[in-house]
Amino acid sequence: MIKMESTGHAHDHGHHHKESFISKYIFSQDHKMISKQFLVTAIFMGVIAVMLSIFFRLQLGWPGEKFDILNAFLGDKWAPDGILDKNAYLALVTIHGTIMVFFVLTGGLSGTFANLLIPLQIGARDMASGFLNMLSYWFFLISSIIMVASLFVEGGAASGGWTIYPPLSVLPQAMPGSGMGMTLWLISMVLFVASSLIGGLNYVVTIINLRTKGMKMTRMPLTIWALLVTAILGILSFPVLVSAVVLLLMDRMAGTAFYLSDIYIGGEALDVTGGSPILFQHLFWFLGHPEVYIVLLPALGISSEIISTNSRKPIFGYKAMIGSILAIGFLSFIVWGHHMYVTGMNPFLGSVFVFTTLLIAIPSAVKAFNYITTMWKGNIRFTPAMLFSVGLVSTFVTGGLTGIILADSALDVNVHDTYFVVAHFHIVMGMSAIFGMLGGIYHWFPKMFGRMMNNKLGYAHFWLTLVCGFGVFFPMHFVGMAGSPRRYYAYSEFEFLDWVQDLNPVISTFAIVGGAAQILFLINFFHSMFYGQKASQNPWHSNTLEWTTPVQHIHGNWPGALPEVHRWAYDYSNPDHEEDYVPQVVPLKPGEHAH
Amino acid sequence: MKLLIILIVVLAIIAIAQLTKVYEMSRSLRKNKEEDIPAADNKMNASLWLVWMFVFFCATIYLYIKYGNYLPESASEHGVAMDQLMLVNIALITVVFFIVNFFLFYFAWKYQYKKGNKAKFFAHDNRLEMLWTLVPGVTLAFIIVYGLITWNAITGPASADAIQIEVYSRQFDWTVRYSGDDKTFGASSFNLISSSNPLGLISAEGIREKLEEIEGDIENLESQIKANESDHLLPESYVKSLEDRVYRLKRHKQRIMDLDETEVNGLSTWETGFDDKVVKGEMHIPVNKEVEFIFRSQDVIHSAYMPHFRAQMNTVPGTPTRFKMKPTITTAEMRNKLGDSNFDYILLCNKVCGAAHFNMQMKIVVETEEEYNAWLAAQKEVKAPETEEEGDSAGAESEKKDTVTTAMKP
Repeated sequence: MIKMESTGHAHDHGHHHKESFISKYIFSQDHKMISKQFLVTAIFMGVIAVMLSIFFRLQLGWPGEKFDILNAFLGDKWAPDGILDKNAYLALVTIHGTIMVFFVLTGGLSGTFANLLIPLQIGARDMASGFLNMLSYWFFLISSIIMVASLFVEGGAASGGWTIYPPLSVLPQAMPGSGMGMTLWLISMVLFVASSLIGGLNYVVTIINLRTKGMKMTRMPLTIWALLVTAILGILSFPVLVSAVVLLLMDRMAGTAFYLSDIYIGGEALDVTGGSPILFQHLFWFLGHPEVYIVLLPALGISSEIISTNSRKPIFGYKAMIGSILAIGFLSFIVWGHHMYVTGMNPFLGSVFVFTTLLIAIPSAVKAFNYITTMWKGNIRFTPAMLFSVGLVSTFVTGGLTGIILADSALDVNVHDTYFVVAHFHIVMGMSAIFGMLGGIYHWFPKMFGRMMNNKLGYAHFWLTLVCGFGVFFPMHFVGMAGSPRRYYAYSEFEFLDWVQDLNPVISTFAIVGGAAQILFLINFFHSMFYGQKASQNPWHSNTLEWTTPVQHIHGNWPGALPEVHRWAYDYSNPDHEEDYVPQVVPLKPGEHAH
Repeated sequence: MKLLIILIVVLAIIAIAQLTKVYEMSRSLRKNKEEDIPAADNKMNASLWLVWMFVFFCATIYLYIKYGNYLPESASEHGVAMDQLMLVNIALITVVFFIVNFFLFYFAWKYQYKKGNKAKFFAHDNRLEMLWTLVPGVTLAFIIVYGLITWNAITGPASADAIQIEVYSRQFDWTVRYSGDDKTFGASSFNLISSSNPLGLISAEGIREKLEEIEGDIENLESQIKANESDHLLPESYVKSLEDRVYRLKRHKQRIMDLDETEVNGLSTWETGFDDKVVKGEMHIPVNKEVEFIFRSQDVIHSAYMPHFRAQMNTVPGTPTRFKMKPTITTAEMRNKLGDSNFDYILLCNKVCGAAHFNMQMKIVVETEEEYNAWLAAQKEVKAPETEEEGDSAGAESEKKDTVTTAMKP
């Protein structure tokens, strides 16, 4: 395959390459194909993660009741008589979280849209390195397979929560999931990080070097800005996770004691002194918090694009939006301690983290207000993508606000690790990022597959997802404030929690309906891929460069010369022009000022 | 049953797929393009935002009314300040929640597509942007300052006369230790933990017993290995595991011999533990007295969560952690207030720690000082003072020293 250059040779022969099935669909180095590979893998992983969550929601909604479906899927060992086993419950919770955070919302979201949009929106023929890009996907796929495989090993999958705090995750004596399952988890994660780093470096290099003529940094669509900052966050923070994970592996397999000290378990005083379990938490959250924004920023970038396009208005405060992405990215590195207020950390250190954490609310607020102002006096067209993006603004605001409480160390003491936290991050990070991802899929589906998705199904999918999403996570605030800890197998052992237990069946019902609603999406996605209506070149009347490429994918993206950019990406309803959109390739009129 | 469910799901999928196909076909007949959103669809979605807003807001208000009194009033002094802070914060974010979501949903409806309309070209406005940078900034400054004042009060050092209580966690129960009349905890080490000494308290006698036990084990294992050297009956891997075990036991022994005797207030911490009181599964604390908890953990990280007191602290193996509080309402008073004669304060584990995590709890009893003292007096000391056998224990002491010195010789 040919290595693409951004400038230079015209590439009008791209579509004449004869390719075998394998080089086209499997070991492809074309960014568009790799993007689709990431997406389909992520959807597959997402289906698994949603199913796992429904399994444990059955137990939480109706504890101790028998469900044949649990037995059918999990077998006699994990769900004897249809009642979920306690260890299996923890394994489900752990793998649900891991898959969602890393495989769907990091690998899936960034992998899909960075690959699809970066070259197309900056006017490049492909990624800087097609080979590394392919490698990134294959590492991702292998790590996905290992993670799923870990569900089937003796002793079950990793069960210490997706944050795998030691010593629990180090000691197989402490729980069966800390045996082979945890080893596979760690190996999978090392491969995942490798994928993420290879991908991230490629994205950054591509954005910095391969922009087409006229595509100044200040003309880039916000998607690209968000993906750029996301990639930088990943490059800086993922290596720290690898070191944390490798040290943990050493503690498990090589007899070291980085995270262990003074432990007596299984009738034996372990030969470990001097380590600190808290060290792991510092290392983990040094990745873990930027990770939240690695998940969120691409979704925010995608929604900026969709909201502007469908409101037929320029995004409000373009420069402020860039500034707030940068500010969020920077601040995300100095807030990790807010996950650790009750670990016995020095209270002064706690107050520093309170300060830095609450500062993040400022750029976040700017973003939220700018979205709303973008819609003000717009001419809004509700595509399914637009619905999801508006939904995202709502979840981002609603979930973000409860973050103010969790960031406040004095308040965190009482709600730390309760369902209040579960509610918070599922709304602000889970729902927002999923909405961004789904919105992105509906919006760029025509670009990916040259066909349209069905709008009616999309509408039904959105409204069901919105209602069920909030139906699941909003009541959790109250369950949490009443004092219900997370990761409990049942809430039957505490009388003082009885009065909120009537919320749990409601939450579980919404979860089941919401999960089932995703079938609408799956049908729509896979059906439209093959039988959807043929798309036109620029179905949404959008300004960005990807809509100037032919509908039928070709290598090198543009036949002939690369497009030249003359204006920013948001000239919607510009009064100087007849049409309500002016693509970036349209030269300025005489006397017209570039934005 | 299983078959039925699968059948229904499959049928549903087929039905939806068929409907889509019919819809697609009818659409192609009408020559509608999927990318042109019909005005009716657009209007419906715009209106649904208003419906959703109504439902969402009503549900929120319902939840606030029904579940808003999340916990009974705080039973600790700092908890009252914390609840106040919580109230202010919740009020603030609730207002912002309603306002921002209102504008979002309202604009979604209000500015829906209308034929012939052209959107307002409004790309930026420095005054507006300054406004919504500064307003959140000022509000957050207030929240930060208010929060940190409360935080500093909660985490400040405990007063000198605070009662110290050690809370000890392990899979899956809690143990409490009171320091006895000398107000000093005896030293402890995980190396000495056994079924008779669950907290691993250090005493000369305990060390001697443990060393004897370990030496016995080592001897036993070594004789097995020795016997095998002549007859080679054992599989090699098993011998290896025996050798490994011997190696670890020797290290264990060395760690015990490395334990240092320290003094607090002129008393050996190997002896101050004699009058400590160890209670399992129940904690008593006096009302209106400051209590400082010292948390330790035996195996993995747990978290001591006492929601009624708005208190929580992780228990970390190898690193003691602390939390201080002053209970203000006795169990009996709280039972009266709640009209629930079965009510008990509870301490629960709030850091995932294994299969029985969800039931790792301990009852807390807050009582008047007299009741507390009476209860404490009735608890058994770790080792009753044996004044008449003074000579004996001194003998034990020197004997132990002997063991240590001989053992240390190669």
